[in-house]
Amino acid sequence: MTIEKGDIELAGVFKRFGNFTAVDGVNLKVPDGAYCCFLGPSGCGKTTILRMIAGHEDPTEGEILIGGQNVVGMPPVQRRTAMMFQSYALFPHLSVRDNVAFALRVRGQSKQERYRAADSMLERVHITELADRLPGQLSGGQQQRVALARAAITEPKVLLLDEPLSALDEQLRIQMRTELRRMQRDLGITFIHVTHTQLEAISLADIVVVMERGKIKQAAPARDVYAQPKDRYVAEFLGGQNVLSGKVERINGETVLINAPDTEGIVVPLRDGMRPRDGAAVDIAVRRDDIRLRRPAAGAAADGWNAVNTRVLAVEYQGMYVKVILDSGSDREFVAYVPEREFFETAFSIGEIVVATWMAGQSLLLA
Amino acid sequence: MTDRNRKTGWFFAAPLVVVLIPFFIATIAVVLIASFLEHDGFGGMIASFTLENYADLLRSDLTWKLYLSMVKFSVLTWIGTLVIGFWVAYFLVFHVRNPLLSIGLFLLGTVPFWTSNIIRMISWIPLLGKEGLINSTLRATGVIDEPLEFLLFSDFAVVVAYVHQLTIFMIVPIFNSMARIDKRTIEAALDAGATRSEIMRWIVVPLSKSGIALGSIFVLSMVMGDFFVVKVMSGGGSASIVSALFEDIAVLQYPPAAANAVVLLIVVVVVISLILRTVDVRKEITR
Repeated sequence: MTIEKGDIELAGVFKRFGNFTAVDGVNLKVPDGAYCCFLGPSGCGKTTILRMIAGHEDPTEGEILIGGQNVVGMPPVQRRTAMMFQSYALFPHLSVRDNVAFALRVRGQSKQERYRAADSMLERVHITELADRLPGQLSGGQQQRVALARAAITEPKVLLLDEPLSALDEQLRIQMRTELRRMQRDLGITFIHVTHTQLEAISLADIVVVMERGKIKQAAPARDVYAQPKDRYVAEFLGGQNVLSGKVERINGETVLINAPDTEGIVVPLRDGMRPRDGAAVDIAVRRDDIRLRRPAAGAAADGWNAVNTRVLAVEYQGMYVKVILDSGSDREFVAYVPEREFFETAFSIGEIVVATWMAGQSLLLA
Repeated sequence: MTDRNRKTGWFFAAPLVVVLIPFFIATIAVVLIASFLEHDGFGGMIASFTLENYADLLRSDLTWKLYLSMVKFSVLTWIGTLVIGFWVAYFLVFHVRNPLLSIGLFLLGTVPFWTSNIIRMISWIPLLGKEGLINSTLRATGVIDEPLEFLLFSDFAVVVAYVHQLTIFMIVPIFNSMARIDKRTIEAALDAGATRSEIMRWIVVPLSKSGIALGSIFVLSMVMGDFFVVKVMSGGGSASIVSALFEDIAVLQYPPAAANAVVLLIVVVVVISLILRTVDVRKEITR
């Protein structure tokens, strides 16, 4: 494989602040031109990784390679990275045009030259008419465009975005999400985007990197992370999954029989490289939209279906679907997303005993 | 309705008006009127109108000399306080990582101000004097044979004392405006490839401008209004406008003193308004 210019590789990267380990041995490869999202709760080390790639922080240990070259110790300009800061960090005393042209001014370009470049960049983010304003006179979305233009003007190999949408309101966030993706395709460079919002990550990214306490839990395409979470943490953090626990009863070839309360035993397909021992405690995940609800009187479940006896605790109308909150027997959430029309054909009432069923093949054994 | 609004407005402004009228407007009015009166040379003022006081003042060589020395002291002190004040503030804001430590050091910087001005000034004498610490050290180490005379009771000593007394008035507003600079803008500039000196010139200094302006106003108006430091630290060799004014009062020549005061006031107001033209200080205060 040839090394592309915007490839990023993290090799055994650690970052410690005193006794606290912010990044704990991270290995990751991001191909050139990919949109990569780091996803995790605050304090999981995702921003620290971003700042290390940017060169605003040095790793305690390990190597960071951009385009095959170890960049540890290099200043940001030499790395050919550009960062878009959380809450944008625009220069408050400079006009929008001067903000965007700042990096070119540093490079000693003449006023005419850099203003021409800045104006064409402003055009690309559709804020030409704001060129002479000060950042303080702009709305959040406009400031974000300025920040994007300022970061992109140096034609970086990698653009680093630290929670770029968190300062915006819901409507604008969705709009800017599309815009970011469009810009990324336009520029054709690697984007590394840090966020704590699951939806943002899976809607934007080619690669989602889920982190917890300085470690990567799973790094995979959005669909894999959502539909095939590796472990309980990823399943619960991404949402959309019910996580159930039980004990391994026995392994039958390709499937595992799991014993859990209120069931006759749950059958789960074995996953590559996973071979739990008999009697071991395991977690399984079932997508909330894969669960079918039925009344006990409707008879036993068909072959190849798992069934759990439960009770409806609450119902939330969501428009496209109805969120039915079920009794899981523990404090863990057990939820079924029932399509709106289907729900109102049967209309389960709160407190009613129901059977939650799903196809055995659709459940997932978690690490 | 508007009538009532006007009444409420006056009501809210009343405390300020009550303070400003006797202590500011009335006093200035008295000085202004006195400056146009004739005097009998024995402390009496004759109710009349004359420009003689101003004419005398502006014809006198002494006045021009004093203003020249005021300009000299102001500029030197301003440079001294600005250089030291800017770097102290810069250090506290950008190099002390721990905000608590930064505030602590900042407060520590104010400790000398818990003693009186006079003590702080007089404490320079054993240091700078003919037999003072600096001279005796330099002589003991053989750097010089004769004591350095310029150290004390000289213009140098005056500037040293001014800088010592007034630097804090530069530090505080600059610290204040620097503390408001978002550290990430510095990082953003670094990210764009700016060097330290470029960050200083294009980011830190422009964003500290209002603090620098406020500090300059404090320092300059205090130097221009001083007479005590000049008198003590120059050993009587130099004087200031205010000391001339003080002499007038000592010999009961109130109208010339008043004219002198009015001219000084005008000069100070002009200087301050020139500074205010460069920055919007109102923005700084209200933010």
